[in-house]
Amino acid sequence: MSEQQHKNTRKAGETDEQVETTEVDAERKEKLDDDVDSILDEIDGVLEENAEEFVRGFVQKGGQ
Amino acid sequence: MTVRRVMGSEVEYGIAVQGQPYANPMVSSTHVVNSYAAAHGLTRRARWDFEEENPLRDARGFDLGRDVADPSQLTDEDLGLSNVILTNGARLYVDHAHPEYASPEVTNPLDVVLWEKAGENVMRRGAELAANIPGTAPIVLYKNNVDNKGAAYGSHENYLMRRDVAFDSIVEHLTPFFVTRQVFTGAGRVGRQQDGSVHAFQISQRADYFEVGVGLETTLKRPIINTRDEPHADPKKYRRLHVIIGDANLSETAIYLKHGTTSLVLSMIEAGFLKPGLALSTPVTALHDISYDATLTTTVELQDGRNLTALQIQAEYLEQAKAFVEREGSDEQTDDILARWEDILIRLGRDPLECVEELDWVAKLALLNRYRERDGLDWDHAKLHLVDVQYHDVRLHKGLYHSLVRTGRMKRLLTDEQIADAVVAPPTDTRAYFRGMCLTRFAKDISAASWDSVIFDLPGHDSLQRIPTMEPLRGTREHVGSLFETSNTAAELFAAITRQ
Repeated sequence: MSEQQHKNTRKAGETDEQVETTEVDAERKEKLDDDVDSILDEIDGVLEENAEEFVRGFVQKGGQ
Repeated sequence: MTVRRVMGSEVEYGIAVQGQPYANPMVSSTHVVNSYAAAHGLTRRARWDFEEENPLRDARGFDLGRDVADPSQLTDEDLGLSNVILTNGARLYVDHAHPEYASPEVTNPLDVVLWEKAGENVMRRGAELAANIPGTAPIVLYKNNVDNKGAAYGSHENYLMRRDVAFDSIVEHLTPFFVTRQVFTGAGRVGRQQDGSVHAFQISQRADYFEVGVGLETTLKRPIINTRDEPHADPKKYRRLHVIIGDANLSETAIYLKHGTTSLVLSMIEAGFLKPGLALSTPVTALHDISYDATLTTTVELQDGRNLTALQIQAEYLEQAKAFVEREGSDEQTDDILARWEDILIRLGRDPLECVEELDWVAKLALLNRYRERDGLDWDHAKLHLVDVQYHDVRLHKGLYHSLVRTGRMKRLLTDEQIADAVVAPPTDTRAYFRGMCLTRFAKDISAASWDSVIFDLPGHDSLQRIPTMEPLRGTREHVGSLFETSNTAAELFAAITRQ
């Protein structure tokens, strides 16, 4: 969502020095994405089977 | 200047019976509490003593009449629902339609984390034990705050404050802090508006459920600053600030920072140190606007005409706290809170994803975004809502937070061993020590207890014997530890105390 837009906005006004930081950021983000992908594989095995039914059935009474 | 003060937390857990969405949550919650109590030798199930509770007393100085109060505000009427005290000094009970764990009183933010996390273990165990009740379906508990269909339930903080601080000053300085601290206390939510009718992510679980600036209510028209005034201590000396605007956090860092930074701000308010100038033009709208922007770039309008981001407002509190510490001195945990607060604000400003291993909302959003990219899901997709809820599942093999911890993707402050100890043992440096030790040693002789009393039912006495514990920092191990060593029975303990 708007996170991507935010990054783009920052890129617009940057100097050479900032490009370097952004490249490091991109590298780090890629590494992070790989990591999250491996967790997704694991989480897929843990998630409740019928998402729709689960979400519909998750009904709480209000509290404080 | 210190983060240390008497404090504690209360969490109402979401509850679901597998395969039975319309199961009575009061019955299920009662099963959880009773199963835990029965399995841990709390068979007498010491009742909660309500004598000192005044849920309708208002900090602004007037009592709300019982006839005008909503029935949901009458928490002191024992509805016959379960309500027990644990050996660690905590209270485990059924509040409205949720099982709730109120931590024992502690003296510092790290101990809040420890005994709040112990509460997660208690809830997990209670649900496991309830599954043994013949004829019941498995009960699953969630440490979250919303069902995304209109219902919200609380995660509250309590801070003991000096009574002589003007309440107006608390409201003035705490409101902008509470509106903006969600950048590190948010637990993340898929859905906007109270009923989740807008499909989008937001930082805070609770933000949409706050509708006014100041008030007494906790179940409807929730206020940013709650005025409930039950000190559970000498009311001439103390006020208990009851904070209802927090999200239920799984992240230890978030719980730690939430209580640590709030306690620091309260210290500055008590000392009259905070400069005016951060008052917001429309606090409730600002709360929602900030929660809706995961890039943290949204600005909100201040009464002095400035437009600042939540991070900029937090930075102003941080700078004043650093100046205050400079003047007043510090201690180890205060320095640690200040350093982590600054570090988190800087990294959130660079890229919130830098805090993916520390903050709940960032960890949750990272998962959601990868699901969206990998599977091409829109925000209305049931799988994203499932990820949102299941992040908070207290079961170690099912909760997504626990998956992140297990695979080294979430930083910890505590060890599992420390938390296991805190399930059983009370803090040693507050009156919770006395309460917890009474339950540890003499559960069958305790008729009832509360934050400010323990009531004995002693052999040979016709009437119950009440020991008031109005001073939160008495009844510590240093103060009464030797009495527990030398007393072999509850009667001996009682005699030793009343002789003192």
